[in-house]
Amino acid sequence: MTYLIKKIATLIMTLFLVSVAAFLAFQIIPGDVVTSILGTEATPEREEQLRRELGLNDPPVVRYVRWAGSVLRGDLGSSYRYSKNMNEMMPVEELIGDKLPVTLWLAAVTLVMIIAVSIPLGVFWARSANHKAGALHRFLDGALGVTTQTTMAVPSFFLGILVTYLFGIVLKLFAPGGYVSYEKDFWGFLGYLVFPAFSVALPKIAMTARFLRNSMLMELQSDYVRTAYSKGCTGRRVLYGHVLRNAMMPVVTFLGMIIAEIVAGSIVIEQVFGLPGIGRLLISSINTRDFPVVEILILYITFVVIFVYFLVDILYRVIDPRISEK
Amino acid sequence: MRKSGRGKWNKYLVAGLFMTGLAVFLGILGFFWTPYSTTAMSAAERFAGPSLLHPFGTDNFGRDILSRVMKGLGTTIVIGSLVVLFSAAAGILLGAVTGYFGGIVDEVVMRITDAVNGFPSILLGLVLISIFGNGRQNVILALGIVFVPSYVRIVRSEFIRLRDADYISRARLMGVGRARILFVHILPNIFSVFWVSVMIGFNNAILAESGMSYLGIGVQPPDASLGKMLSDAQGYLQSAPWYALAPGLTIVWVVLGFSLFSEGVRRRG
Amino acid sequence: MKKSFFRKRKLSGLLLTALLTMAVLSGCGSDGTGESSEDNSSKEPVYGGSVVVGIQQDIDSLDPHKATAAGTREILFNIFEGLVKPDKNGDLMKAIASDYTVSEDGLIYTFTLREGVKFHNGNTVTAEDVKYSLERASGLLDGTPLISSLSVLTGVEIIDEKTVQVTVGSANTELIYSFVAAIIPAGSGEEESGTPIGTGPFSFVSYTPQVGIVVKKNADYWQEGLPYLDEVNFKIVNSPDTALLELQGGTIDIYPYLTDSQAGELKDSFQILSAPSVNVQALFLNNADPVLSDVRIRQAICYALDKDLVNQFLAGGNATLISSAMLPTLQTYYVDLNETYGSGANVEKAKELMAAAGCPDGFDLEITVPSNYEYHMQTAEVVVEQLKEAGINAVINPVDWNTWLQDCYTDRKYQSTICAITSDMTPGYLMNRFQTESKKNFINFASAAYDETYQKAAAAMDPEEKAGYYKQLQQILNDEAGSAFIQVPPITIAVNPKLAGYVFYPVYVQDMSTVYFIE
Repeated sequence: MTYLIKKIATLIMTLFLVSVAAFLAFQIIPGDVVTSILGTEATPEREEQLRRELGLNDPPVVRYVRWAGSVLRGDLGSSYRYSKNMNEMMPVEELIGDKLPVTLWLAAVTLVMIIAVSIPLGVFWARSANHKAGALHRFLDGALGVTTQTTMAVPSFFLGILVTYLFGIVLKLFAPGGYVSYEKDFWGFLGYLVFPAFSVALPKIAMTARFLRNSMLMELQSDYVRTAYSKGCTGRRVLYGHVLRNAMMPVVTFLGMIIAEIVAGSIVIEQVFGLPGIGRLLISSINTRDFPVVEILILYITFVVIFVYFLVDILYRVIDPRISEK
Repeated sequence: MRKSGRGKWNKYLVAGLFMTGLAVFLGILGFFWTPYSTTAMSAAERFAGPSLLHPFGTDNFGRDILSRVMKGLGTTIVIGSLVVLFSAAAGILLGAVTGYFGGIVDEVVMRITDAVNGFPSILLGLVLISIFGNGRQNVILALGIVFVPSYVRIVRSEFIRLRDADYISRARLMGVGRARILFVHILPNIFSVFWVSVMIGFNNAILAESGMSYLGIGVQPPDASLGKMLSDAQGYLQSAPWYALAPGLTIVWVVLGFSLFSEGVRRRG
Repeated sequence: MKKSFFRKRKLSGLLLTALLTMAVLSGCGSDGTGESSEDNSSKEPVYGGSVVVGIQQDIDSLDPHKATAAGTREILFNIFEGLVKPDKNGDLMKAIASDYTVSEDGLIYTFTLREGVKFHNGNTVTAEDVKYSLERASGLLDGTPLISSLSVLTGVEIIDEKTVQVTVGSANTELIYSFVAAIIPAGSGEEESGTPIGTGPFSFVSYTPQVGIVVKKNADYWQEGLPYLDEVNFKIVNSPDTALLELQGGTIDIYPYLTDSQAGELKDSFQILSAPSVNVQALFLNNADPVLSDVRIRQAICYALDKDLVNQFLAGGNATLISSAMLPTLQTYYVDLNETYGSGANVEKAKELMAAAGCPDGFDLEITVPSNYEYHMQTAEVVVEQLKEAGINAVINPVDWNTWLQDCYTDRKYQSTICAITSDMTPGYLMNRFQTESKKNFINFASAAYDETYQKAAAAMDPEEKAGYYKQLQQILNDEAGSAFIQVPPITIAVNPKLAGYVFYPVYVQDMSTVYFIE
């Protein structure tokens, strides 16, 4: 219990630090939001009016406190940049709410791909590696080693470009940039996501498969497996009933870290594939100095990352109770 | 599982050394000599495909891609190395202090570390570059800061593990100074663990640098950079696929070479 | 040996240019104003259908008076109309006003409203709506002018149901162009729902940030027979690169911002139309900079530039080279000054001038470039190479757009920058910014003769006299080498071969009302 309270306290502390840092960064970086919104043709009166509306004439501390206060009351504010209609700006909630599903679905599809491919692959690989005898198995083990090592070396944006070229231009399996909104055509949307998800997933599949292989081989050499075999258990039962289950535990935590990485790393891949997710929203909001949007997005991403690490931490404790004693 | 024999050469080491060596050689050479000028343009030779004259072809300004890849490779390797140097040094210092002493300093440093960790690295880079302006040293600084937390964590946990070890307690009883305990008694013992993360860190730094320059942050034109070349080339995928392949495969080559090398070192034990 | 090789290649390049020019001409129509006269336009128009138009920038506001970005205004053109509106020749046509008169002293404008023009909500446009809209845009309503050129308005009177009289503080014959300002229903600028309502050929359906804006046909449109299409979807494309892929994948039908090499890749599968843009691209020089304050240094830079080569690299030879700030398409006012510095590089002359100015060994020059504009970034790369030939050591300082706005435009803390200034339909718009005290004079150009001549140009009522003054202004800007003007880049458009009727405007407009399917 005290552990939980301590964790929540540090989470709040971290979010506070991040929000202050982002706020300060916006004070320092050049670029005035008013000129950004109004362009070069605005009258001075209009600039002054907008400055008043946005409360930019107040000192920074007042502005931060006012912003934090309204966020704590549940009001995330409105974008400086995006209109909702002729007279109102888009509320941050609505703006992010619209983009978040894209990023989350991308993460989900990616994760499904990673799990669906890497686990069978890892098991198969571990079995090949465990059969030290046959030449075929030795070859397979080596080939998989080289392939995964190479795959891990490909940066996801280059992979994205290769996927675009191969599947989009040469094989014409999808129309690059032809993203369809999830509200319009959900299956078309998922179909499009397959390609960016593949670009993110491939290196992670290689990593996870390697991880699982090593973790299984370690288990296979442990005493209990030898005992099980000597007791006459069949190979299949030992492999799936005991070894895989135990070997999966560290893999699960590894996957947790990958989730955090996918959410934070969506920025680049959304850029490559023209996905209107939160990564792209973040970049364009920084460029337009859209402070309310950037603050909330950064807080959100930080929250997800820390929360996932927190879950991983708990999993570790569940697997290995020795850690919590310390 | 193959026992490749400790202390001996193995396949990984040979392949890794060859690939890394070639990359480093070409990269360093690129600073002093390239087959063509990296900036000279020629309207007549735009988008020439790979040939004997231009092994990697030419780009939209008729510049030789091989020369630009060499220059970009050198820059990337230097930036990667300096980033690792900076973040590893900072990581050792912070990790040692927080791990050994604990307490309030530990708490504060770890919270900041968490915050930096939670912050998407590309974003942090973007913000830092907006503040300091573009340029190589700022990329190094920004990426350096991004990677510090990973080293702090490792060093810290190793120091926590070792601070209560018998030989350290004994040293403490014997009145050995704190700095000496930290850096003479403990540090050398965490080196094998630390070395692995430095290896991984170098590859991560290379990938992050090229990712940033892909997004247009970092090394700026007309200086060549692998990431920027890739983003430029994206518009010509159909008419000049070699333009994207050359810098992309170069990044893969470097990263793969170095991870084979580190795998080799690890197996050699 | 190498030289002859080069020349041969250059020749074939010229041939290619000639071919491209022919393609451009064939896409331009007989009057040279840029109407599409491909085979398609002779075919019978079919009503209905929907098209997707790729756009590069997100909407900056759905309020037609507050929208300032050219990329927004060119879309809102389809939804909103003013008393008058631009036509494809760059002249004005009557829109909501069926007629107007200007008093002799140029201080009173009287507009007669067209019968039966309806807003998208079904209401007929009344004199109250016009009064409200003009007062809102000019600041008479609440003291905050939203459209700066209308801030000279002193009063808007309703004479009768169909007549509105506008009084202004000072006369300027170019003011009539400002009455393109949108007419919106009275009070709609403050309403809760805030749905954009205008009188244009299309009505607003929806807008999604980062995705785009959808409009549908206005069945009650006052121009008989327009529009043809039922729906237009303006879709924001992520980058020029994905635009190309989307065109090829068939997810967008019209894309107005092709680069030269993209046009080459699409020429078999799309109709490629081309016309001059309304952008004046230059290496803008900060005249207040210690080094660049010497006119000889600025001239040296002008001589060192090889505009031909920039044109060839960036625009495939389709750009129009310029040496001052006026658009060649504003024919009445334009004077060709390309002779002065030549279109190729004159390195010797540049070096001579630099030596005379006391730096024979060259100097350092920082070129700040808004990095979100790939076109300007690439131009900068070419320019740096050219300046190197003359011994000028130029470096590129890429900044994001907001940093550019602050450092270069507002604070003017920069040495030189490559960007483009956008014109509207009036010659004054391009020229007034170089007056010494102008808020928009970001190059710190200071010439008493220029200021004086500009005042004369603005006050002149006689068109010919006015044109004469504008030509003088261009000459001064050119003599003083206020900046190193480069080119008016072409605008190159890809249009789905099933479509016809796309019309070019010499202003930022994407008019979809005339576009139709042929099958």
